Amino acid sequence: MRRRAGLSWLWFSIGIVYFFLPLVATFLFSLRGKKGALSFAAYRNVFVDPQFLRTFGFSFEMALLTILAGLALIVPTAIWVQLKLPKAKPLFDVLTLLPFAIPPIILAFGLIRSYSRPPFALVSSPALLVAGYVIISFPYIYRAVDAGLRAMDLRGLSEAAQSLGAGWGGLLFRVVLPNLRTALLSATFLTLAIVVGELTLAVLLAWPAFGPYMAQKGRDYAYEPAALAIMSFALTWGSIGIIQALTRTGRDKGAGLNAGTH
Amino acid sequence: MNAPVPGPRGPGRSAWLARARPWAGLLPFLAFAFLFMIVPASSIVVGSFQTEAGAFTLANFAHLFKPSILDSYLVTIKVSATTAALGGLLGFLIAYAVTLGGLPKPLRSFMSTFSGVASNFAGVPLAFAFISTLGRVGLVTVIFRTLFGLDIYDSGFNLYSFWGLSLTYTYFQIPLMILIIEPALDGMRKEWREASESLGASSFQYWVKVGIPVLLPAILASLILLFGNAFGAYATAYALTGGLINIVPILIGAQVRGNVLHDPNLGYALAFGMVIVMTISILAYSWLQRLGSRWVK
Repeated sequence: MRRRAGLSWLWFSIGIVYFFLPLVATFLFSLRGKKGALSFAAYRNVFVDPQFLRTFGFSFEMALLTILAGLALIVPTAIWVQLKLPKAKPLFDVLTLLPFAIPPIILAFGLIRSYSRPPFALVSSPALLVAGYVIISFPYIYRAVDAGLRAMDLRGLSEAAQSLGAGWGGLLFRVVLPNLRTALLSATFLTLAIVVGELTLAVLLAWPAFGPYMAQKGRDYAYEPAALAIMSFALTWGSIGIIQALTRTGRDKGAGLNAGTH
Repeated sequence: MNAPVPGPRGPGRSAWLARARPWAGLLPFLAFAFLFMIVPASSIVVGSFQTEAGAFTLANFAHLFKPSILDSYLVTIKVSATTAALGGLLGFLIAYAVTLGGLPKPLRSFMSTFSGVASNFAGVPLAFAFISTLGRVGLVTVIFRTLFGLDIYDSGFNLYSFWGLSLTYTYFQIPLMILIIEPALDGMRKEWREASESLGASSFQYWVKVGIPVLLPAILASLILLFGNAFGAYATAYALTGGLINIVPILIGAQVRGNVLHDPNLGYALAFGMVIVMTISILAYSWLQRLGSRWVK
């Protein structure tokens, strides 16, 4: 038994080295903005660049719109399927998970091809970007919401609410949504982390977003990109840390964290 | 004669309406998914069978067999297979270590949380992290040069080519493997091991006769998922190589942005090839998942 635990420590340590060495290297690199001394100069350079705030602001705004649209599409539908149309569940499952099987590069290409000609010339509207982001975040939002719904007795709650005279609006806003708080926040932060740094759709649809900005910096500068990488890792870590803290208190354990948009 | 006679289709029709009505609640979602997922994805398939004027053709697929295109598919498959194997092996061993390997419990929840973060740490920031690590003046490169007098770039390593890209992709492949294989490892019953030990099996025999066969479908399914994950990856490769590595997603991106070869239909054919690879992966994945769920619940 002892020998086996020894090997386990070895694999675990290899994992830790693989995961943390690049992060440590990036952090050290980001401190070299000033010649001959360790400093946060690279971070300062990033913050004083007006492009940084502009592109980050743009991506943040796109993320908020994506979260609103995504939740508005998924939450009522998930509730409806569970209460009124359980036999549509497999179809709903497949459609919400399908984006995992469609690489963003294919989605971007298809969106451009489908919506660049009249009468559907949407290509120059940010609405198309948001629509693409909503599709990309379907699996994340759905799995968080589905886990949240499974953790509560939706049928019982809805019967109780309706017997007390609540309509659909009351049921949704005063009974179900408050119970889904954890799941909704999980979906929100995960979508935020994914959309803010997204590159593929933003580059191909030619938007001045944060992802393309970072890629451009990577071509022109040495230390600022490392600072950007640390900051965006902190954003992801912060978002997912919040989700973990939330889900640990709730019952909907592991509300769907999985592969990102590579 | 005046009594209203229900038409023969009357009751059938209203029953049909009653059954159809709940579907109306699904309409907004279905319409959105159709317009922004199904339509774009199918337009790629349709476009690959069309000439620029819109007539039917199979000529686009002839492009796929041009040496340069064939080469890019080979490189992409090589990168995807290498990182799936490497990430799959390391991810499996780490997941095994934290689930069944006898490590303290908190390490497991730490590893799961971290995997959730690391599998999302991709794209541009990941490329920057590896430039800081294995680039020409990266930490590991410099350590090798100063401590061992070994210049890894002189001995053939280059972050911006095959092995560099593969090591970078492996960074998100390992945590993805950990996340998807953990449930399967949790399903391994202690009793199986105890039973085989009480029958005199060695640890090696247990793995060869029981452990591996039971886990095989889950492992293969996970490897396929990792393969597809790497095959479609664009952002990391774009940021790492500035779009200069010859892999399929980068070629498609170049076609879409129209800055290399101005032949959109070649773009469709390239993308269609990728759709086929992804479709096969998904079908194989779900088949293996069903196979695996016989044992591991």
